[in-house]
Amino acid sequence: MSDCITLAHGSGGRKTNELIAGLFKKHLGNSYFTADDAAVLPRPEGKIAMSTDGFIVSPWKYPGGNIGRLSVCGTVNDLACMGAKPLYLTCSYVIEEGLPISDLEEIAKAMGETAREAGVHIVAGDTKVAGKGQVDKIFITTAGVGVIEDGIETSGRLARPGDSIIVTGDVGRHGTAILLSRDEYGIEADVTSDCAPLWHPVSKALEVCPGMHVIRDATRGGVGTVLYEIAAEADVGIKVRRQDIPVADEVRGVTGLLGLEPLYLACEGRMVMMCPSDKAQAVVDVLSGCKYTEGAKIIGEVTEDNKGKVVMVTEVGGMTFLPQPGNELLPRIC
Amino acid sequence: MSSSELRDYLQNYDGPEIRIMEVCGTHTHEIFRQGIRNFLSPKINLISGPGCPVCVTPASYIDEAIYLALEKNVTITSFGDLIRVPGTSSSLQKARAEGAKVKVVYSPIDGEKYAKEHPDEQVVFLSVGFETTTPSDVIAVRNAIRDGIGNFSILTANKTMPGAYEAMADSTDCYLYPGHVHAIIGTGICKDLQKRGVSGVIAGFTGEELLTALAIAVRKHSEGGPFYVNAYPRVVTDEGSPAAVKLVDEFTRPCDAMWRGIGMIPGSGVELKEEYSSYDARKKFDIPVLEKEYKTACRCGDVLQGKIRPTGCPLFGKACNPDHPVGACMVSDEGACSAFYTYGGSL
Repeated sequence: MSDCITLAHGSGGRKTNELIAGLFKKHLGNSYFTADDAAVLPRPEGKIAMSTDGFIVSPWKYPGGNIGRLSVCGTVNDLACMGAKPLYLTCSYVIEEGLPISDLEEIAKAMGETAREAGVHIVAGDTKVAGKGQVDKIFITTAGVGVIEDGIETSGRLARPGDSIIVTGDVGRHGTAILLSRDEYGIEADVTSDCAPLWHPVSKALEVCPGMHVIRDATRGGVGTVLYEIAAEADVGIKVRRQDIPVADEVRGVTGLLGLEPLYLACEGRMVMMCPSDKAQAVVDVLSGCKYTEGAKIIGEVTEDNKGKVVMVTEVGGMTFLPQPGNELLPRIC
Repeated sequence: MSSSELRDYLQNYDGPEIRIMEVCGTHTHEIFRQGIRNFLSPKINLISGPGCPVCVTPASYIDEAIYLALEKNVTITSFGDLIRVPGTSSSLQKARAEGAKVKVVYSPIDGEKYAKEHPDEQVVFLSVGFETTTPSDVIAVRNAIRDGIGNFSILTANKTMPGAYEAMADSTDCYLYPGHVHAIIGTGICKDLQKRGVSGVIAGFTGEELLTALAIAVRKHSEGGPFYVNAYPRVVTDEGSPAAVKLVDEFTRPCDAMWRGIGMIPGSGVELKEEYSSYDARKKFDIPVLEKEYKTACRCGDVLQGKIRPTGCPLFGKACNPDHPVGACMVSDEGACSAFYTYGGSL
């Protein structure tokens, strides 16, 4: 194989096959993985959830992950938000001519490892190559199918006054890691992305609380955006306590310096959950025992008043509205 | 006292009414972020004063920067906030769309560095700010002299606080003095003002430090008589930072300064001394006096002087919002109008 991706790798001919057989199959292969036009799969029992997501993060590699791991986690976590066990993924690559094949290998390897970790099969894919400068190194789109157990129904509109609000770990890591890896600010800090597949902890939370109302992954706009979305969708108020929101010291340091609100920085491995308050501690306890959600905490509750708004109880015990998400903080975060 | 005791005291205060002016944009922002206004007793009235450098930068200054960029083909380097501030008829953001070269930097020293790396461009740094930022503006000039950089200069609108304290004394019963300014200039001015009947408390920047300073102001006010207290002693000493003061004195001299919304305050600015005029963009490029009338219903001036709350301005939240600021108080995160808008006013 040559050292770089060329337009021939996207031609559908010999070079494409070389890539599929030599690289993708090696890392992504499983019994369902197909080179045919479509994967043929056993029909699962229960309701199906389906989701798709595109990934254009820059840079493609950052402390704690790369676009390959991200592209699996993103779709797997979207399915998990609906209470769906992820079963199958497809992936579509748009690769810039000239990308070193070793980079593509690193990305595919991360995808394979993350898929196995998440218990999902990558069953079909597509590879296109765009001319130099037409894309930035690599864009990936994944689509996924999952199955929902009977009796589980989660949605943003199901939040109810009195519900407890849980965040599954410290906030703002992914956004901060990307920001630092762009090296535009001349700040050095040891921040790694939180990017992780979360079906396992979500399934455990659903076991102890099948009546969970809301699960949402706090990606691009961070936890703050999720809270505002749900306040609007369910027509409720949301009250959170600043002191209970977990933020890593290094993230607090960087965001303090740059005047950024950690609640609006992207996460890629954090869920916001809302459930009846009598189940909240059991959910936190079970999450605390799972990988990636050790830092789960109750941060507030859903309220009848202040509909559509997010109220923050501050460090000194004051109350204020959390500022509404503003302009795009950082483009190409995921 | 603990935070909750301080909060209870400020919430239940029932002594004589007091107007407290915070003279620092960072204080304004933190007071809103902590929701402090929402629990204060109605007897305590906070006024967001002129302490945000962006908010008090006059429209004519923005006109000068646009003139340099469009007429003199100068590359403007600036802190990001200033780019959106309206001049009399345009902003640097709009000028950029018309082809002006405007580059956001995070320090004046980065502006000098840019000039060094781009010797074929004339580079001007927009030098606005108070005693806290003037030393770094001066260091950028000193670096340019050291490096023999002839294509770098600064457009000064640097301001000093003491003149503003005097000019605004009638608008408040007590200043919340900006801790970082006094970490530079020391506390002598506060003591002088006390002798002339002007009260104030030097405040730090955390929620608890702000509550402490406010509680001291309220307690002292209720006891009567002019007072001064340094409630930020972990950072502010009586002598301040003699090294920073000496550095600034070496390169600059006092001048009159125009404060947006307030007017001319004699001796409240600094400009580069005559011997450094080749680094003074106003002289280097011989900028003509740009006196256009700035017509607007914006009432930023009244907001800065505590005559009205931001919500009392007819433009607030309508024609003027953070996406389309009319007045400078809506541009910066530290401006009173922006803070009111962002934090949604009272709960």
